Amino acid sequence: MNMNRRQFFKVCSAGLSGSSIALMGFSPTAAQAEVRTFKLARATETRNICPYCSVSCGVLIYSTGDKSKNSQSAIIHIEGDPDNPVNRGTLCPKGAGLRDMIQSANRLKWPEVREAGTNEWKRISWMEAFERIAKHMKADRDANFMAQNKDGVTVNRWTTTGFLASSAAPNEAGYLTVKTIRALGMTSIDTQARI
Amino acid sequence: MTNHWVDIKNADLIFVMGGNPAEAHPCGFKWAIEAKKNRKAKLVVVDPRFNRTASVADYYAPIRPGSDIAFLGGVINYLLTNDKIHHDYVKAYTNASFLIDDGFGFEDGIFTGYNDEKRSYDKATWKYQLGEDGFAKVDETLQNPRCAFQMLKAHYSRYTPEMVTKVCGTPKDAFLKVCEYIASTAAPDKTMTNLYALGWTEHSVGSQNIRSMAIIQLLLGNMGMAGGGINALRGHANVQGITDFALYAQNLPGYLAPPTDAEPDLTTFLDKKTPKMLRPGQMNYGQNLSKWYVSLHKAWWGDAAHKDNGFAYDFMPKLSGASDVLSIFNAMYEGKVNGFLCQGFNPLASVANKKKVSDALSKLKYMVVMDPLATDTSEFWKPHGEFNEVDPAKIPTEVFRLPTTLFAETSGSFTNSGRVIQWRWKAADGPGDAKDDTEIMATLFLKLKEMYAKDGGAYSEPIQKLTWAYRIPNKPSPEELMMEFNGKALADVTDPKDPTKVLVKAGDQLPSFAMLRDDGSTTCGNWIYCGVWSPAGNLSARRDNSDPSGLGQTLNWGFAWPVNRRILYNRASADLSGKPWDAKRTMLKWLGDKWGGNDVPDMRPDAAPDQNVMPFIMTGEGVGRLFSLGLMNEGPFPEHYEPFETPLDNNPMHPKNPKATSNPAARVYKGDMEAFGKAKDFPYVATTYRLTEHFHYWTKQSKINAIMQPEQFVEIGEELAKEKGIVAGDKVKVRSNRGFIKAVAVVTKRIKALDVDGKKVHTVGIPIHYGFKGATKPGFITNTLTPFVGDANTQTPEYKAFLVNIEKA
Repeated sequence: MNMNRRQFFKVCSAGLSGSSIALMGFSPTAAQAEVRTFKLARATETRNICPYCSVSCGVLIYSTGDKSKNSQSAIIHIEGDPDNPVNRGTLCPKGAGLRDMIQSANRLKWPEVREAGTNEWKRISWMEAFERIAKHMKADRDANFMAQNKDGVTVNRWTTTGFLASSAAPNEAGYLTVKTIRALGMTSIDTQARI
Repeated sequence: MTNHWVDIKNADLIFVMGGNPAEAHPCGFKWAIEAKKNRKAKLVVVDPRFNRTASVADYYAPIRPGSDIAFLGGVINYLLTNDKIHHDYVKAYTNASFLIDDGFGFEDGIFTGYNDEKRSYDKATWKYQLGEDGFAKVDETLQNPRCAFQMLKAHYSRYTPEMVTKVCGTPKDAFLKVCEYIASTAAPDKTMTNLYALGWTEHSVGSQNIRSMAIIQLLLGNMGMAGGGINALRGHANVQGITDFALYAQNLPGYLAPPTDAEPDLTTFLDKKTPKMLRPGQMNYGQNLSKWYVSLHKAWWGDAAHKDNGFAYDFMPKLSGASDVLSIFNAMYEGKVNGFLCQGFNPLASVANKKKVSDALSKLKYMVVMDPLATDTSEFWKPHGEFNEVDPAKIPTEVFRLPTTLFAETSGSFTNSGRVIQWRWKAADGPGDAKDDTEIMATLFLKLKEMYAKDGGAYSEPIQKLTWAYRIPNKPSPEELMMEFNGKALADVTDPKDPTKVLVKAGDQLPSFAMLRDDGSTTCGNWIYCGVWSPAGNLSARRDNSDPSGLGQTLNWGFAWPVNRRILYNRASADLSGKPWDAKRTMLKWLGDKWGGNDVPDMRPDAAPDQNVMPFIMTGEGVGRLFSLGLMNEGPFPEHYEPFETPLDNNPMHPKNPKATSNPAARVYKGDMEAFGKAKDFPYVATTYRLTEHFHYWTKQSKINAIMQPEQFVEIGEELAKEKGIVAGDKVKVRSNRGFIKAVAVVTKRIKALDVDGKKVHTVGIPIHYGFKGATKPGFITNTLTPFVGDANTQTPEYKAFLVNIEKA
């Protein structure tokens, strides 16, 4: 099937998308080239990985902006990475909705606190958040750190503050997390890997 | 996975039990379809539900939730009585010929050494008979009644097809048909791959479900083969990586056991933890523990870790007793935990018994939630109608909620289920003031370090001395962190055979963990990841997808741990002389002077076949274990035990021994035993599961997924629906002894009632994904219903088999 750009948009406006035309076995060669230009030519392509299941499908993220300093990127489209040997460009119903996860109305945007006994969130600054959390942690650690067990063996542990870590975090964040919390003496640690 | 996603295409039989990859891992499951199309492979599914994996299978058999070991034990019995095993493999590559201690035994469901009060075993007799040379005794004829092979045979002789049917409810002909399929892969050049997921792990006998399959795969000679293996289809995109980095108490990075109170110094620790050689001439690779452990301390504490202080041995906290999500929440519930940090985790929704979790969180002084999304957990204190009935005035917990970036907004690596580490690049900034997890952890840590420096306080040396050579201290970059955990040489690393030869120059990145030393001259934050950032650069970012062997190995795509090996135990893919069992799927062969083939050898490269170095290099005996010694908490052979909430009056395998009804070694906390329901009040078996449109409790926050599956439902069979007067679309109330949920009823042909031990057993299927925060219609948290008990080894909660009642709401 050959058609020019004008005809192509006519078909599109009748409710067909370019990709489904291709799926139907037609080859709108020229028009397909047009649609890429139209949608993605000005976008920056970034290779990433779907964060859902452990197939860890390769994805291509398209965003506006060229990643230069002071230019803000906005993600406009995500699709499977055809080069990835595992998913070969495919995405499942979960992965196909990735953009809506990134742009979820429930994304958190600033630090908040819920004070004891109250029924509301209060916006706070990062500085206040770090100060208050560190104060809590230090007070609990100083009060409950166990340097030796009852047999006099050096154990250097802090069990009264727990930590649950994320299996969605990259290896590097996981490594920094385990390095810092072990250095603090924490042993009440777990992750989603168990469940 | 011992193998990897693409390798599934090399199988002759794909056996799926305890998982539903067509719905939960669709893009990985495509390789099962490829195997069917291109190799004429068969797909066999055993599951309580006729799910979408079953719908494309060549054969499907139903099973009662929680009876998998009975089924798999039946398969073991079938293979042994019908002589459908790979003889040469079993004899050479497993511990079939090893003699077991004379004191070891099994009686009426209980192994030797049981302590009823402690609910645990003394494992003193769960071992090999040792000769005077200190090595395990073997009988190569496999005839000695004390050899592992004969003991295996005796143990599983009770698992007859009749018994399988009685316990599992699987019709006998269906069970036998599945056995025939599995047995067909005993031929040396045929392989079965096994795909499982949470359907096996989320049981009080979860680990032994998997052990049962490990025994089957060893008997069939399918370990180490292309298209074989034991393949855990894991949950999150980086759950493998986070497990490898040991974000949990029982391990340190690279699966190193942490020091405990019983090991006061480094020498004692290494002496106790280093595995002993159990047969002559084996690699016993774990004997290198000292190099991995010392290099970890050097990575973390640099110059402060030196020979004179046991490489700062005391800086590492010692582990005491249980420390897992159930034990942590139980301690919190008992008021023994004051603070809690929660990084990208939604425990109110994902941990068992929501009421107990909520009560536990209410006893905290402070809680910190770091997450990209407004989770249910972060609002455990906030009333959300009947979905979360709480009184905030009575909850004194101070809750902080910190916005983080998510996958598209950070760079760094993920490790997939097949152990392949792949780099990702950042595409955009996070919204508002969101920060990376690394920046949050770094800033918090540096703040504490500063406070300790200024004000003093409890033992702060490990904090002050922690290595921190990052260009921007509060923003360590992913590149810096990967280089650090890969490790580098602090001094020249020389060849042990020729000290004049320098293998790695001081300051250089290490190319492999073979270069690690225990004298403090190397650093490495995770020994199994050593090589990922070698002198050649970041190998996880490699994107050459060429596949010269056609077997899907793509050795230049990313980097697989260990040492870019794609199939573990691949030495076992060749016979004793080094000739592949199947030349068309060669992984490894002996080339006359070294091992070579289509994978990185899982063997010393120059170990000639006549040296008899066996393929399972991480064990002290070099072979795979049919008898697992003392490594499992409930016994060296898997035995069927009922779920803690069973629809039956007893364990049909041991009807007269109440101690053997459910896992005798599983930990049950005070109050939780009482919270188990009984079949007379809760007559139906419930099992939780996932939908293809949703991912855990995340995608309920995403609009398109919420449109696809907007509302909570439960699935029941037609027969049960009729009995209860429920029609499709009715609102129903599902109760367990711990609480209730309300949901829409889906009446289906997919779940059928089964005849179990003379009793009709109905199963209720409950998807998990809903909650009170999100873009979906508000729903109840499914784990309101589930019991607070886990597997005896991993403490993974029993979400897949418990009891409920159901009625029209």
